[in-house]
Amino acid sequence: MRISLSVNNTSVEQEVEPRVLLVDLIRDDLRLTGTKVGCDTGQCGTCTVLLDGRAVKSCSMLAVQAEGTQITTIEGANAETGLTDLQEALWKEHGVQCGYCTPGMVLALQDLLATNKAPTEQEVRCGLAGNLCRCTGYQSVVRATLALTGQTGGDDNV
Amino acid sequence: MSEKVFGAGLKPREDPALLRGERKYTADITLPGMVHMEFVRSAHGHAAIRSIDVAEAQAMPGVLRIVTGADLEGKLMPLPCIWVPGGVESHFPPHPYGLPGAGTVLATGSVRFIGEPVAVVVAETRAQAADAVRAIRVDYEVLPAVVTPEQALAEGAPQLHDAVPGNLNALWTCGDADGTDAAIADAEVVVKLDLHNRRTINSPLEPRAAIGDYDPVTGESTLYATTQSPHNHRFLLSALVLGMPFNKLRVISPEVGGSFGTKGYLYPDMPLVIFLSRELQRPVKWQDSREGLMRSTVQGRDHRQYATIAGTRDGRITALRCTSYANLGAYPSTIGPGVATALMGRSITGTYDIEHAFCEVYATFTNTVPLGAQRGSGRAEATFLIERLVDRFAATIGMDPAEVRLRNMIRPEQQPFDNRMGWLYDSGDYGAALQRALEMAGYTDREKAKQAARARGKLLGVGISTFVAVCGVGPSPRIAKEGMLGGSWESANIRVHPTGEVTLTIGVTGTGQSHETTFAQIVAQEFGVAVDSVQVLHSDTVKAPYGQGTYGSRSYSVGGPAVQIAARQVTDKMRLAAAHMFGVDEKQVVFRDGTVQVEGDAEKTKSFSDMAMALWYGWDLPPGMEPAIDVTTTFDPADFNYPYGAHIAIVEVDEVTGDVELVRYIAVNDVGPVGNPLVVDGQIEGSIVHGVGQALMEVARYDETGALLTDNLHKYAIPRASDVPFFEMDRTETPTPHNPLGAKGAGEAATVPTAAAVTNAVCDALAGFGVEHLDMPLTAETVWRAMNADTTSRNGAQ
Repeated sequence: MRISLSVNNTSVEQEVEPRVLLVDLIRDDLRLTGTKVGCDTGQCGTCTVLLDGRAVKSCSMLAVQAEGTQITTIEGANAETGLTDLQEALWKEHGVQCGYCTPGMVLALQDLLATNKAPTEQEVRCGLAGNLCRCTGYQSVVRATLALTGQTGGDDNV
Repeated sequence: MSEKVFGAGLKPREDPALLRGERKYTADITLPGMVHMEFVRSAHGHAAIRSIDVAEAQAMPGVLRIVTGADLEGKLMPLPCIWVPGGVESHFPPHPYGLPGAGTVLATGSVRFIGEPVAVVVAETRAQAADAVRAIRVDYEVLPAVVTPEQALAEGAPQLHDAVPGNLNALWTCGDADGTDAAIADAEVVVKLDLHNRRTINSPLEPRAAIGDYDPVTGESTLYATTQSPHNHRFLLSALVLGMPFNKLRVISPEVGGSFGTKGYLYPDMPLVIFLSRELQRPVKWQDSREGLMRSTVQGRDHRQYATIAGTRDGRITALRCTSYANLGAYPSTIGPGVATALMGRSITGTYDIEHAFCEVYATFTNTVPLGAQRGSGRAEATFLIERLVDRFAATIGMDPAEVRLRNMIRPEQQPFDNRMGWLYDSGDYGAALQRALEMAGYTDREKAKQAARARGKLLGVGISTFVAVCGVGPSPRIAKEGMLGGSWESANIRVHPTGEVTLTIGVTGTGQSHETTFAQIVAQEFGVAVDSVQVLHSDTVKAPYGQGTYGSRSYSVGGPAVQIAARQVTDKMRLAAAHMFGVDEKQVVFRDGTVQVEGDAEKTKSFSDMAMALWYGWDLPPGMEPAIDVTTTFDPADFNYPYGAHIAIVEVDEVTGDVELVRYIAVNDVGPVGNPLVVDGQIEGSIVHGVGQALMEVARYDETGALLTDNLHKYAIPRASDVPFFEMDRTETPTPHNPLGAKGAGEAATVPTAAAVTNAVCDALAGFGVEHLDMPLTAETVWRAMNADTTSRNGAQ
C-alpha cells in the first residue's frame, strides 16, 4: 500500500506492506533509529513518538494507520544543536543511564508538559506510567521534570 | 588547574547524545548487503525432536539459508560453562575440549526449555525470515518436564542430560556443618524458615542483538553484539565455540541498553551470526523480541531455601544453617552454576558475626530458561535469607529487630573480618550505617506513624535490611580457586598526544554507567588537565586493551585503579624527562597541578602539553627513555571489595484490598570514595527500584510443562514511575584497602538489601494477622490472602 505522511516536517511517500508497524517504518525504512523497540506489546514506551502532537506508541499501530498524520520522532523534537530545555534539565539530574528508554521518555514528557505546564510529582509519575526505565529508578527523571517547572522534589541525595 | 575533578558530580558526557537519541545500539546498525536471521524456538519445555521439515520454508521468498542442529555438527562446538563450583563433584553436558559444556548452539536430539533454539533462517528481510520460521515443521515427541529442583531430584524424575545423573549439577557445601548442627542443638532459641526466592526476569529495556560481518578480503569476522564482556566473549567464541584464530575475530559492543548481568553470557546467536556471515559472505543480523528475551536470556534468583537460625534469649545469634535448592534451568549458563552456589552460599552470614554457619546448595537442572546473574545476584538471595531470619529471630525472642541487628553486627575493630564462609570483609562500620538509617527513618516514632496510618485504613510496616556484598571481582588466583575459568584483572592504555590532549582506552565496557565520564575524571585529576581534553575509548577489541568485562560491580573498582596507575606512569615519565632537560636530579622534580616543576626554582617549570610535545619529538631524552607517551597497565586487585549499608522500607498496606504502597525508602550506602556522585547515586537509585520490583511484582511463572506464562511485559510487571516515591539517601565513604582508589562496587550493591527491607516491612505491617513470612512478590492478592487466611495456612503462604 502507498501511504503519505509527514515525519519530522518532511513529507514521506512510501510503499509499505499492510502489516508493517509504524515503528518499523520509522526505524527500518526511514532509518530514524532514535526511536527504539523494547517490547512490541505497548508496555515499555521506548517506541514513543508524537502523532499530531500527542505521544503514541509506534509499535502499537500500523504504518498505514499513520496516513495523513504528522509524526515527530526524537530526531524531529531535538533542537538543531545542543539540547532542549527539557533535555538540559534531564542532563543536569543525570536522568539517563543506558539511554534506551530516553527518547521515548523525552517525548512522553514533552507531551505531558504541553498539556500541563506545572504537573505535580504524582502527575509526572502518572504521565510516565507508559514509559519503563530499568536504570534510573525514575528518581532523576521525575526530579528533572519538577525542577524544569520550578518545583522541587526528592532533593535528599548527598 | 586546582579545582577538584575527581569526586565531582560532573554531568556525564554521554548524556546529551543519548538524550538526542543519537548513540547507536546494535539493533540500530545497518551494514551494506545485510541479511536477517530469525530463530525457530522450542514450543515445549521438554521434547524429543523426531524430525524437522524445512522444505516449504526453504522455497519461500528471500530465504537464503536454513540451519538445524544437525547441520552444525563438526562446525560449531557447544557453548562452554566457565564457572564450575570449586571443590565439588559436578556434572555437565559435554564439550569436546573436556571443559564443562553449556549445550549445543542449536538443539540436537531433544529440547529442554521453552525458548531453546532449534533452527535458524536467514533471509533478505526480517519479515521474510520470520515468515519462513513459521513454515518450518518440527515434529516433537513431548516428554514429561520438571520445573522445580524438588521435581528434578525426585526418584524416577525425567532426566535432562545423559552426562548429569539425577539432574544434579553439583552439591556444593560451605562452612562448618558439625559445629553448626551442634550449636543449633544446644541453642536456647531455634527459628526455622522455609522460603522461595522466586525466579525473576532481568528485563533490560534493550533486547539482545548480534551482527556478524565477515570480510572475505582479510578473512576476519566482526561481531557487533549486546555484550558487557567483549574481550572475554571474543576469547570464548573464537577458541571454544567457533574454533577460529583469536586474532581473526573482532568484537564490538556498541551502546548497550542496560544489562544487569544478562549480557555477560554467551548465547547461540553470537557464534551463529559469525558462522553464517562467513558462509553467506554477507553481514547477518539478529535482533531479539521481548518475548524472545523472556524465553531465552538468562533469568535470575530461584532458590528454595530451608534455613535455621539459632541463638540466645538475649539476642545473640550463634548459628545459621541453610539448605538451598537452586534452579539452574535446562543448561548451565556461562557462569550460572557459580552464581547459584558460591556467590549465594558464602554470603549468608551478612553483616553479622555468626560463629557457626553452614550452607549447602543442590544446583539442579530443570526444564526452564537457564539461570544467570541478576543485579546483586547470589548476594541478594543470601541477604534476603539472613535479613528475614533475623526478623523472625527478633520476633521470636520479643526483641526489637534493630536491636538484634546491632547486637550481632561485625564491629569496625573486627575488620578485616573472616565471615567463616570464604569472604574476608575489608572495612567499614556496619552499625553506624544502621544507626544513621534508623535516625533518618525516625525509627523511634514508628508506633505513632502506625497509628496515624491506621486511622486512614492503612497498615504501616517498617522493614530493615542491612547488607554487605562481595563485589569488584578479582584477583585472578582467587577466582581460580572459586572455579572460574578466566582472569579478573583489568587494563588501561593512555596516549598523550603531541598537543597535550589525551586518549584513554579502557578494557571495561559500560552498559549505562557513564564510564566515559568517570574514567576521564581520574585522568584529568592526575594530569591536571581539563576533563574534556581526555577522550575515552572502549568496547572494541581491536582498539581497546584487554578487559574481563563489566560484572560484579568491578568496572570502577578494578578498571579504575588500572587507569590511575597508567596515569601515574605517564606523569613519572614526564618528571624524569624534565629532570634531564633541566639538568637536575630527578628527586628535585615534581609533577603538580598539571606541570612539572623543579622544587624551589619557579623558573624551571614545564606545562603538561610542553612535556607531551618534548616527548613526541624525542630530541632530548634521558638515556634509555623511549619517545612518546603510550602506556598500558594492568591491575589485579589484592582481594574483592565489600560495599555495605542499611536500608529501611516503610510501606502501607491497604487493609481492604491488600495493596502495598512503598511510602518511604531510606538508604545508607558505603561504596568507598566516589569518583562521580551524580553517577553513583543514579546507580544506587536504580538498584533500589530493581529490588522493589522483585519484592512487590516480579516473578517468572512456568506451568508444569515448562511453558513460560510471563513472556511479555504485561504479564511480567516491572516497576513504573508511579510505583516508587523519592528515596531518602545518605552515603558514607570507607575506602577498601584492596585497590589504590579505595573504591568499592557501586553498580548493584543497593539491590542486595532492598527486597528484604520491603518484605520485612510488609510482614511487619501484617504482624497483627499472625503472618510470619510471605514469599515474594507481595502482590495485593498475596497480601489479601494472607490477611484473610485461616490461622492454619498463614505461614509461608504463596
